[in-house]
Amino acid sequence: MIERRFDPGGRIIGLMLRHYYLYRGSIPRIIELAYWPLMQIMLWGFITEYFQQHSSLIAKAGGLLLAGVLLWDVLFRGQLGVSVSFLEELWSRNLGQMFVSPLKPQELAAALMAVSVVRTIIGLSPAALAAWVLYEFNIASMGLSLVAFFGLLMTFSWAIGIAVCAMLLRFGLGAESLAWVSVFALAPVSAVYYPVEILPAWLEPIALALPSAHVFEGMRSVLLNGYFDWGHFFWAAGLNVVMLVIANWLFVTAFNSARDGGRLLQSGE
Amino acid sequence: MVSEIPVEAKSLSKRFGEVIAVENIDFSVKRGQVIGLLGGNGAGKTTTMSLLMGLVTPSAGEARIFGEDVIKRNPSALARINFSSPYVEMPGRLTVAENLMVYAHLFGVVHAKERIAKLAKDLDLESFLNRMTRTLSAGQKSRSALAKSLINEPELLLLDEPTASLDPDTADWVRTYLEAYQRDTGAAILLASHNMPEVERLCDEVLMMRAGRIVDRGSPAELISRHGRRNLEEVFLDIARKRTKETS
Repeated sequence: MIERRFDPGGRIIGLMLRHYYLYRGSIPRIIELAYWPLMQIMLWGFITEYFQQHSSLIAKAGGLLLAGVLLWDVLFRGQLGVSVSFLEELWSRNLGQMFVSPLKPQELAAALMAVSVVRTIIGLSPAALAAWVLYEFNIASMGLSLVAFFGLLMTFSWAIGIAVCAMLLRFGLGAESLAWVSVFALAPVSAVYYPVEILPAWLEPIALALPSAHVFEGMRSVLLNGYFDWGHFFWAAGLNVVMLVIANWLFVTAFNSARDGGRLLQSGE
Repeated sequence: MVSEIPVEAKSLSKRFGEVIAVENIDFSVKRGQVIGLLGGNGAGKTTTMSLLMGLVTPSAGEARIFGEDVIKRNPSALARINFSSPYVEMPGRLTVAENLMVYAHLFGVVHAKERIAKLAKDLDLESFLNRMTRTLSAGQKSRSALAKSLINEPELLLLDEPTASLDPDTADWVRTYLEAYQRDTGAAILLASHNMPEVERLCDEVLMMRAGRIVDRGSPAELISRHGRRNLEEVFLDIARKRTKETS
């Protein structure tokens, strides 16, 4: 009889391998990862150069817009990394096969999160490099603050991505477009390019209930004042915990609903 | 003490809204047994298998795999089973070898490369092991799916129409391989099929299903004799067309 082991780590690595093999064999997929972030940074780089000549704020902190673009893409690409990787399983009608194995839904979620980190780093590295070479903005100059912002935004992106996966499990591929558009609903209230105080009074509490608004407020604090705002950091971290708990509950509930409705074997149809 | 019986279904039922997919079925599959699930389309065969794999939650009753309630998804029990169906696919953009490596990890196979090499040799996959799964012929896909279902050397193998869409030669080859696997490992096999000669050849016992219920059971010879027919196909038609009384 062959030797078997029962560790969750092996199953998570197995799912990560599945996506590594997929990207290794598909150049268009790799190009797609980097294409939009690169185009975004090119566009906003020229806008920044224009505003530097007409805005005292941008003249003072030229990286404000470019840092916003790059960090917003961490949230967007991170969320896509989770939800599109899950869509790959639906498209290939693989979900039923996977769950005949000892795989648990939380392990699938963990693997999707790990894949999203790799996808995000691969997708954003060329854009960050372009910002440095073409527009003399080195996002790494933010130092440890960048690590904190990246971590906070990745965590929030996981929560959104897992919630989207829950919708896909519940409603099937009819909800596919959620994977692409859901994060944009958060853009106006995430205060990416402007402070929260610009928002109407009734929207401010909504913005401050999102980890992303605290991250972008923190980013402005670092770039404009050279000061890391621990208050925003702890708010974002605490809200992330709440968001992850809600997303995990949604995912497990949707998984159980899919089992009850017999949809695991039919996914993709 | 935990039971070592591969399959125990007790008063198992499943409803999807108003639709009764499986109704109050009882059966077990012991080590080394090959049990056939026979019935027309919509009889409840695939739902029964899904219930046993924990992919579907029962509305009533319980399904146990090696003594464990499958609803709890105990990894040590699930690592001992596997499944194959022509209606469920593997990722088409991965090669056969890559797919097998992924599933080896999911099932916790320790020496994955050696296991894949052995299956490739046994199932004659070597010539297309590095080809994308979506480019394979139906026969090659079927053999790859069989390799996936054997990757963890399962002690319980659930097969949903394993030879559907195969030419007679390949289908016979698959049946011969399954017989050898069952003989060599003592595995239990639950087989859903519409192919009557296949069921007669492979199965020790057959569960005849109609409208979610087990309406008759016995060895192929017993069923043929009891119904006064010449072969299992005639028995199947009797039951599917409700020409016999239910016996269970």
